[in-house]
Amino acid sequence: MPVADSAAGVSRAAEAAGVSALAGAADTADAALVADGVTRKYGARAVVKNVSLRLNAGDCLALFGPNGAGKTTLLRMLGGLLKPYKGRMTLLGQELPGEASTRRLLGVISHRSMLYDALTVRENVMFAAECQGLRHAAAATDAVLKQLLVHDRAHTPVRALSRGLQQRVSIARALVHGPRLVLLDEPYTGLDETGARALTDALRALKSNGATVVLITHNLSEGLALATETAIMRDGAFVHEMARPAQGYVVTEYATMYRELVAGVE
Amino acid sequence: MNDLAFREPSFIADSIRIARKDLLIEFRSRSGFLSAVVFALLSLAIFRFSWDPTAVSSIDLAPGILWVIFTFAGLLGLNRSFNVEQVDRAMDALLASPVSREAVFAGKALGNFVFVMAVQLLALPTLALFFGLPVGPEWWGVLAVALLAGAGFVAVGTLFAAVASNTRLAEMLLPMLALPFFVPVLIPAAQATSSLLAGRPIAEVLPELKILGAFDIVFMAACALAFPFTLEE
Amino acid sequence: MTTASALDARSTSVRRLPPVDWLLMLAVVAVAGVVARATLYTPADAMLGAVQRLFYVHVPSAILGMYVACSVMAIAGGLYLWIKDDRLDRVAESAAEVGFVFLTVVLVTGSIWGKASWGTYWAWEPRLTSALFLWFLVLSYLVLRDAIENREARARLSAVLGVLALLLVPFIHMTVYLFRGLHPEPIVLKPEKPAMSPEMLSTFGFAMLAFTVLFFAMIRLRYRWATARDARLELEQA
Repeated sequence: MPVADSAAGVSRAAEAAGVSALAGAADTADAALVADGVTRKYGARAVVKNVSLRLNAGDCLALFGPNGAGKTTLLRMLGGLLKPYKGRMTLLGQELPGEASTRRLLGVISHRSMLYDALTVRENVMFAAECQGLRHAAAATDAVLKQLLVHDRAHTPVRALSRGLQQRVSIARALVHGPRLVLLDEPYTGLDETGARALTDALRALKSNGATVVLITHNLSEGLALATETAIMRDGAFVHEMARPAQGYVVTEYATMYRELVAGVE
Repeated sequence: MNDLAFREPSFIADSIRIARKDLLIEFRSRSGFLSAVVFALLSLAIFRFSWDPTAVSSIDLAPGILWVIFTFAGLLGLNRSFNVEQVDRAMDALLASPVSREAVFAGKALGNFVFVMAVQLLALPTLALFFGLPVGPEWWGVLAVALLAGAGFVAVGTLFAAVASNTRLAEMLLPMLALPFFVPVLIPAAQATSSLLAGRPIAEVLPELKILGAFDIVFMAACALAFPFTLEE
Repeated sequence: MTTASALDARSTSVRRLPPVDWLLMLAVVAVAGVVARATLYTPADAMLGAVQRLFYVHVPSAILGMYVACSVMAIAGGLYLWIKDDRLDRVAESAAEVGFVFLTVVLVTGSIWGKASWGTYWAWEPRLTSALFLWFLVLSYLVLRDAIENREARARLSAVLGVLALLLVPFIHMTVYLFRGLHPEPIVLKPEKPAMSPEMLSTFGFAMLAFTVLFFAMIRLRYRWATARDARLELEQA
């Protein structure tokens, strides 16, 4: 059963469609990623209010919401960059934020590249691979560069690449160690067609390999194409959650519902 | 995905890798190191021109000048410590990885140490040259003092670079924060250098060396422990 | 206390502070009493004359500003890093500002005294030099706080500085006493017991007491102001 903190605006349309909210995991033992009552405060104000979720291996949660809703803060907590004021999070049974063995299960991607622009593509990804502790860092680096179609620019300094290519290198950096949980914060920003397609392909591959994905995006169509669950966040809480219907999401309906739910915020 | 084998994170390996990465970036762009070197050599020249040799002997004057220049050239390098991590938020990737916070600090400090010593290795001979100082075995002692002072300098400097990177006006705040902490490094170092250049035996500068050593141990540990608190968590 | 003050004391700190702070009044009276006693009752030092009476201000200010204020800053900061209670940060902030005032007094009175005893307004004498460095340290703490807008970051980062500053103090002392270029320590600055008459000692004791009360009264007042300010900011942001 979901533990969503619903505001008054929980959509009746969603309920009418007979959709259950995030009930993907039958119980905690099966779930890959579990968050329970996670809260983060700034002063007296809660920026993330009592958020809970359960995701299986292979699931992809698309997280939508207006700016300032707390999505990035939630993601940073899942990534171990911030500590929650209250609540717990576990990944594959291990506590988050965790020790080294837990942290190497994570991959983080955002609209900032997290690269060193004076270093080459290969140097950047090798550095990440070695920091993750990969024994065969060079082989893994070359493999992921090929997968993301950037191996031909391996010896180019990142500074000399277009934004789309930089983002692809950033994805390579994040995935080189085969993470089980991939956290993405608006990764489609600034990506061209090729880049967006490469990203979507990489995410599909991750899902089919059993990784769990949490994706923040403003791009409803991309998000809904990949999602097995969606959540809309507003003022720090989940105001709507929806598992993927058998026939897939209908973007226009979802967009209408989304606009209704976040009306008055943006 | 292929079968990936992992090794446990190693503090030493992680620190060295981070230091190498920083030095590689510095070497590629070169502007930071060159600025510091040019600043040091130019300052030495200017001090030389403004010096009246009949009023003060070179051995009395040179050590103070050396350590003042060391400080400001070092600050130029320290300022850049965390810039490279913040520009594209590379620090986030590092913090999310298995690398420990202490290793991040040690790596940054190690990179800064190499930077500072490299500038010093150019400044010392230039000092001897410009000020006509006698060159003999006492310079080994001076080098030892430089190494000890450099260690304490970068420990404190790296930490305050991390603190300052959270503020606006980071470049102006860093000297203000760090200079009081440099006092127990600079004064013993300058005094010891002065004694050594005057030909005094090493035994006479033991008090200075002891302060430097104690400072290094205390502050390398304290700053490594304090570093995680400079990160928002 | 009037009804208004009682209401103020009970209501949240968003309301204005009580018009009369009893501790501060007590402190002011005590200090006034000490000044009167020092001027009228206690004999002046044979060598230095009236200026020596500054000693009753200088030494308590030094003890409170250099040792007590810095310790409070550092300990409150360290505890804040441990349990993240905002009140500890406000204590540190208050101790720093009050300490800064006291340190300034140390430097000014030391300087005036120096002019009287050595003929110069400044001399690199060990204690004055230490006080000067501490003054710079507390100043940098205040400037750091001023440069950070985010409340959590400000508390956290200044706490780091506060703790490290306390670690630094013994090294400053060691360095200052090592430094060959300093004046030899003049004997007159030391409150050597045999040189002080019983009246001087007792006045000094009263002075120490009065300034301690003043110190804590000022911190308390500053702390309350900080609490009111933070509460108001929170209301504005909510």
